[in-house]
Amino acid sequence: MTVLPLVEQFQYGLDAPICLTWELTYACNLSCVHCLSSSGRRDPRELSTMECKAVIDELERMQVFYVNIGGGEPTVRPDFWELVDYVTAHHVGVKFSTNGIKITPVVAERLAASDYVDVQISLDGATEDVNDAVRGPGSYRTALRAMENLHTAGFRGFKVSVVVTRQNAGQLDVFKAIADRFGAQLRLTRLRPSGRGADVWDELHPTAAQQRDLYDWLLAHGEDVLTGDSFFHLAAYGDALPGLNLCGAGRVVCLIDPVGDVYACPFAIHENFLAGNIRNPGGFTRVWRESELFTDLRRPQTGGACTSCSAFDSCRGGCMAAKFFTGLPLDGPDPECVKGHGAAALSAVESKPKPSLDHSHRKPVPVTIGMRRPDRACDTGPLAGFTP
Amino acid sequence: MRPERFGALLYHFGTRRLSFLKSPVLLTVLQRLGDSPTARVACETAGVGVAELPAFRTALATLAASDMIRERT
Repeated sequence: MTVLPLVEQFQYGLDAPICLTWELTYACNLSCVHCLSSSGRRDPRELSTMECKAVIDELERMQVFYVNIGGGEPTVRPDFWELVDYVTAHHVGVKFSTNGIKITPVVAERLAASDYVDVQISLDGATEDVNDAVRGPGSYRTALRAMENLHTAGFRGFKVSVVVTRQNAGQLDVFKAIADRFGAQLRLTRLRPSGRGADVWDELHPTAAQQRDLYDWLLAHGEDVLTGDSFFHLAAYGDALPGLNLCGAGRVVCLIDPVGDVYACPFAIHENFLAGNIRNPGGFTRVWRESELFTDLRRPQTGGACTSCSAFDSCRGGCMAAKFFTGLPLDGPDPECVKGHGAAALSAVESKPKPSLDHSHRKPVPVTIGMRRPDRACDTGPLAGFTP
Repeated sequence: MRPERFGALLYHFGTRRLSFLKSPVLLTVLQRLGDSPTARVACETAGVGVAELPAFRTALATLAASDMIRERT
């Protein structure tokens, strides 16, 4: 039974994604400072209910195991529950990410009754002050109320999803305690310099010392804590973290955005990573199997400047999106390279790519963090819950 | 269960866990389990040699432990 290692198999891509992220809407009641998709306002070209159902039919035919639905805030779409029911009726699993705004006791009861639906509540601070500075006033209470409702309804094992930042990196044990209190599972993901995240990355991304503590903490907690494979760049410290430890962009995962554009991954909403649109002939299947971008991503990649590094086999150069949006070359080190090569490379960056989309609210955003620069315009993790 | 070049991917909707079958022969065994009287017969008809049986027993036990396959009731 000897075949190529799975990592090698996956690098050449699969006929269908294992899972994909689908952002149903750019509309959002919040204006999180690090929003990957620069969400806020609804896009008039948003896919209709019928178009969404056609995508779901396709995912069923391709045997995609599950979709991570996000946004924006997906639950604000009036047809959201109809679409969730349609997905599960077509044998595709659903996990949706929400800030909790619509998770009332009645909705929580409904969700608890389905085996096919998983819920992920976003929380970026274990305390109200830390969370609300990033996600906006009231968002901590909204998230906690949603968790309470799910817990009371008997929903076990929903996810509490945290983007690790410099401000909350010291709160990991408290996050774990919150998840445990509600019978939920903690999920930690990496802050990406994507979308509005590009504007705040310098101030919010964990320090080198925090990264090391995070790595040790994750190793100590093993598979109890999910990461959506998002910290694979930390594998260069030594032992690999649970998960596949590879960039799955365009190979095993991808993103469908609210207007049907297909990107290589949820962190790469930029025209350089746009593979096609599901509204074109051949739909999603053709984009996945034939697009020039995805075909290119599935070719053997060169490590460039990283090839000579002893850690290259572990981290494989890190995250493509993190490099791109910080202005680093794609075949060089990750900006958060644990060997320090990223920090050195960043000091030589002269210009960063301009975002190609922005759905941010235009009115002043009610946050107190004051980190957005006015001169610049976004499970879970793609492999959440993934056990190789 | 989704066939792939290297074998197959298995996804369990209850536990939300993904497993890999790293062998096309193992995929054939799984496909025959339901209609075979025993796991050994499923292996034999899938072309598993006697020497390989212990490895397949281990693989099936692993899948059973993660609830990917279940004893017939």
